[in-house]
Amino acid sequence: MRNAWIICRKELSSYFVSPVAYFLLTMFAVVFGFFFWTALGYFANASLQMQMSGQTFPLNLNEQLIRPLLQNVSVISLFLIPMITMRLFAEEKRTGTIELLATSPVRDLEIIIGKWLAAMMLYACLLIFTALNFAFLFKYGNPDWKPLLVAYLGLLLQAGALLAIGTFISTLTKNQIIAGAATFGVALLMFVLGWVGEYESSTWARVLSYLSINAHLESFSRGVLNSKDAVFYISMIFFGLFLTARSLESLRWRS
Amino acid sequence: MINVKDLTKRYARTVAVDGISFDVGKGQIVGFLGPNGAGKTTTMRILTCFLPPSDGTVTVAGFDVLEQPLEVKKRIGYLPETPPIYQEMETDEYLRFVGQLKGLTGAELERRINYVSERCSISDVRKKLLGKLSKGYRQRVGLAQAIIHNPDVLILDEPTAGLDPKQINETRDLIRSLAGDHTIILSTHILPEVEQTCEQVVIINKGRLVATDSVRNLQARARGAESVVLEVAGRDTALDVGKVQQRLQQIAGVGGVVLRNQFDSHAVFEIEGQKGALVRGDLARAVVESGWDLNELRPAAMSLEEVFLQLTGSEAQAQAAGAEGVPA
Repeated sequence: MRNAWIICRKELSSYFVSPVAYFLLTMFAVVFGFFFWTALGYFANASLQMQMSGQTFPLNLNEQLIRPLLQNVSVISLFLIPMITMRLFAEEKRTGTIELLATSPVRDLEIIIGKWLAAMMLYACLLIFTALNFAFLFKYGNPDWKPLLVAYLGLLLQAGALLAIGTFISTLTKNQIIAGAATFGVALLMFVLGWVGEYESSTWARVLSYLSINAHLESFSRGVLNSKDAVFYISMIFFGLFLTARSLESLRWRS
Repeated sequence: MINVKDLTKRYARTVAVDGISFDVGKGQIVGFLGPNGAGKTTTMRILTCFLPPSDGTVTVAGFDVLEQPLEVKKRIGYLPETPPIYQEMETDEYLRFVGQLKGLTGAELERRINYVSERCSISDVRKKLLGKLSKGYRQRVGLAQAIIHNPDVLILDEPTAGLDPKQINETRDLIRSLAGDHTIILSTHILPEVEQTCEQVVIINKGRLVATDSVRNLQARARGAESVVLEVAGRDTALDVGKVQQRLQQIAGVGGVVLRNQFDSHAVFEIEGQKGALVRGDLARAVVESGWDLNELRPAAMSLEEVFLQLTGSEAQAQAAGAEGVPA
């Protein structure tokens, strides 16, 4: 796994020497900052009204503010994740550096895990920005930190699954735009798959809504560590990385 | 060091490499020669475990490319046609990354980086971004990358493509100096390059092996009969060219005598021997015994270019003839 770490470090540094990482971080910080600002304003307003109307028990910061905000994070991620993964293999294929990786004494799996891990780390950096915003809540309010941690774990797992799928799609083409657009399409589709379950209850509808990448975040965002949902994400990660490995191998047989 | 046996590579619709076999001994420099699209790159990619063979066996240093690719990769340095560089990395950073990938660590890694930078004369661009380097420097960084882990086998795909003449010479010198420690296969379609750098040649055309031999033998083989360049000078007097020609013609085994160049005191002839006859000794004796000076006597080396055209051309002709022979 030393090799995976070497690849991971190289990927991370190429995110950070190019404008990619800074662009994503800035975009995310601005958009999430806006979400946070409006949600906080709404929350403050609502709690003021409640006090005026004489209700004594206060609104719950975790339930009313943090939870919807973190769910918004997964929506923003939907846009950013394709931008993180699209270059992973597509660029190596275009510039021919894939030949260097493929002829070095490194296993395919180590390459894949290294790249996926780097993508995960960049995503984790994005999440740090949300934590900066939430830090204000801890300074001026008294939210519970345990459900927050569970929610973060859920977000990381969800992103992990989408990043694995994005990594796979990136192996299919030399063109980064195509890789990014296709990843976005697939991610969006997986996001809204759960809608089927709202009007249908047949087996296939239940299968489809089970596959919805968003439905499984529900429990995490409430601060509940549900093994069923964790298993879903982890198996999606494995599935995505497995497909990547197959695709890399077939690349050799085909090209 | 490298054994290739009945190697075949099929793509969906085409056969890129068709049953070629050759061996490369330790420390040799082998030129891999063929026109564009002959299957050179495909063969190299198979040797480096980038592509799997469809058929046949390939072993490098005793390891099969399909069975033990990791062992093969450890022993191979590979420079693809376009140097596999990351534009956004600095030279040093890049060499460090590649070195680590190849399993080098710590002081050994730093030592090798210094060594290859020196060797490939890229010391002055070690802190520059690879994307900003000129083609020549990129090529040399690519070469540095290939030798960083001191591999037994070096595989270079058109290492001098796109370089200026000075850089080409430097690169060739570098490659020659690497032989001995390393077994080198280099592909090219530039013929003088092979004549200058390589001991062995493997010529392929349209995926088939056309010839594999030493440069010298190949030239001899394509020539068929021996032909010799002979420079004769008159002793103290002007040379009677007609007389010399006549005398030479009389020697058994001589097919034809052509006067190439004539000067006051000496003349250059090209003498075609009949197939299988060795006439050099007889020529020398005849010249000296007739009282002339023998200034030069050397085999008329056919340039590899002619050999190559002859070999690949005849192949093409044979194929064309075969195609015509098929009844419609």
